[in-house]
Amino acid sequence: MSIVYPKYNYMNNYLLKHLKELESESIYIIREVFAQFDNPAILFSGGKDSIVLTHLAIKAFWPAKIPFPLVHIDTGHNFPETITYRDWMINQIGAKLIVGYVQNSIDTGRTKEETGSNASRNALQTITLLDTISEHQLDACMGGARRDEEKARAKERVFSHRDEFGQWNPKNQRPELWNLFNGKKLVGEHFRVFPISNWTEMDIWQYILAEKIEIPSLYFSHKREVIHRNGSILATSPYITVRNDETVTKKTVRYRTCGDMTITGAIESTASTVEEIINEVAASRITERGSREDDKRSETSMEDRKKQGYF
Amino acid sequence: MNNESYLNMELLRFTTAGSVDDGKSTLIGRLLYDSKSIFIDQLEAITKISNRKGLDHIDLSLLTDGLKDEREQGITIDVAYRYFATPKRKFIIADTPGHIQYTRNMVTGASTANVALILIDARKGVIEQTYRHSFIASLLQIPHLIVCVNKMDLVDFDEKVFNDIVSVYENFASKLDVKDIRFIPISALQGDNVVNRSENTNWYQGSTLMHTLENMHIGSDQNHLDPRFSVQTIIRPHTTSYHDFRSYAGRIDGGIFRKGEEVLVLPSGLKNTIKSIFYGNTEITEAFPPMSVSMTLTDEIDISRGDIIVKQNNQPEVSQDVEVMFCWLNENPLNLSGKYFLKHTTNGVRAVFKEIVYKIDMKTITRNETDKEIFTNDIFRAKIRTTKPLLFDTYRKNRNTGSLILVDEVTNETLAAGMIV
Repeated sequence: MSIVYPKYNYMNNYLLKHLKELESESIYIIREVFAQFDNPAILFSGGKDSIVLTHLAIKAFWPAKIPFPLVHIDTGHNFPETITYRDWMINQIGAKLIVGYVQNSIDTGRTKEETGSNASRNALQTITLLDTISEHQLDACMGGARRDEEKARAKERVFSHRDEFGQWNPKNQRPELWNLFNGKKLVGEHFRVFPISNWTEMDIWQYILAEKIEIPSLYFSHKREVIHRNGSILATSPYITVRNDETVTKKTVRYRTCGDMTITGAIESTASTVEEIINEVAASRITERGSREDDKRSETSMEDRKKQGYF
Repeated sequence: MNNESYLNMELLRFTTAGSVDDGKSTLIGRLLYDSKSIFIDQLEAITKISNRKGLDHIDLSLLTDGLKDEREQGITIDVAYRYFATPKRKFIIADTPGHIQYTRNMVTGASTANVALILIDARKGVIEQTYRHSFIASLLQIPHLIVCVNKMDLVDFDEKVFNDIVSVYENFASKLDVKDIRFIPISALQGDNVVNRSENTNWYQGSTLMHTLENMHIGSDQNHLDPRFSVQTIIRPHTTSYHDFRSYAGRIDGGIFRKGEEVLVLPSGLKNTIKSIFYGNTEITEAFPPMSVSMTLTDEIDISRGDIIVKQNNQPEVSQDVEVMFCWLNENPLNLSGKYFLKHTTNGVRAVFKEIVYKIDMKTITRNETDKEIFTNDIFRAKIRTTKPLLFDTYRKNRNTGSLILVDEVTNETLAAGMIV
């Protein structure tokens, strides 16, 4: 990650502009996590949100290095571009990386692979994530989730308490007032913390542009072999079974989110710079998760997965 | 929108309060819809549900119903956060439910808000709930109140109905501690005066709701007078290039700090001078709320989390005995003989209750000095004593150094929100 800090007018008559206010809020939260917990980590997916989160963590502790590890849950179905970016970035910032492999959870019988042509490892990640958390005794995992992403997320706290089974109870959340975050917990419990809760997709892109943050090539327009399934454009890969009635075509596409290859839908796009992506996002009439197969399974699929301990 | 104008936007946080059925969800849905902040897939989803329910219009309130239980029961259980932006400002809405647990949720939503929207059903006028919501907004020191008289379409956009409500409300509001109150006649269902000016209310000369939200002055909502900097953590890189570097990280709670100024560190009482201020890795010359910065000082002294950096001639109060307005948030009643963990700024101490001074009767908004049993959603004034002195300001002076929460020492739940009097 290149750390370039452009000088732009961040204030006017002692009123902080909105992106700077969001940035300050997030840095405050990240520092609170460091101060209140023994063993925190960043959940790093390789997507733009966790990249921005990592960038904010760098700012929070500058000139020291990020004082906690980054955790990546590798489903084995990642886009190769995501892994390339991850390794490059870790090298740039000199942080420690912990990888939890879904394949290990499958091999040890902790979880079972889904079957059928819609099979995905998305749900299996939860087991690997919870195992990784307990193996490394992590007591706070920061994630790049945003409240504008999905309706179940709109009610999530910044400091989100998880019981000893890693579960989220939406009806029993601690009230969160002012800037006073309560990270107290019993042995075996942990927290998920969302420092960029109040950012929107547009905020993320404008910040990436303003801060000149490097992002994986997947976000930019490229040519790729794809199939159309349930209204989504999915990349062909060794992890996806092309059905008889589906045809493989080559399209100019890009991705709005970086999930698994089996479930993350591409969009047809020629946007090849961050500026062009911003124009596209501004004109888009579909939410970014609208092309995620995992959210289409049912109206409450995100809420159900979150209750079990999903990101 | 290009990057430069996007970076120039301001942030406004507002909370919405209203009782059941006065159209709060519809109003938020209308703001999102008319400001084109709704996406096609969201619109399709709520159209589908509206059809299934047999409605002849799209129920915009469905946009804000989050969890499965809520959608099934058609009610809002918890505070939900919504986002939209216009070219001028970005808005964060803390959407709080109007009925069960309303105090707890409204207090939560109000704690960070610049503006409170109070909804009144034009047919019903000012009701008990209106008084409660306004009282909470005033208690939490929300700087601006916008009273939306909704459902004007159902009273034929009658000017007299609106004026009568305004005069009843103003009579009550004279007792509130709010400086800026505005009134707008609207119809959330039909969109009158929400984003677009209504043809039906030619007698109304004021701004639409959106115009008001976009233009009201929020530059004075933060305290710029009393310098306060609570230390969150110490940054020590231990690298060759920053061998002896030590900076104090935190968020400015109040006032303005400048490079080269003499400061006082509390509770030690030692004087020092600001050597440098950093925002990220950028050195800056002055810092103000709510910036997260790090500071280096010229003299090496022992400073830790919970300490506060101030100015010699402008110091916070120091005491182990504090009087606080509380809102009890927990389901279990207050145990007067219990010990509590108290979080204030970046500091944590233990606290006990010495005395309940009075409790607010939320039906009449009056003090009740005889009934001192405290249950969930009760608002009360109490004297507490802490194990170590607190360095604080009154909540009226500074929301950051005047607010606190109480945490249960066994369950770790957040029990109460407190505002220092």
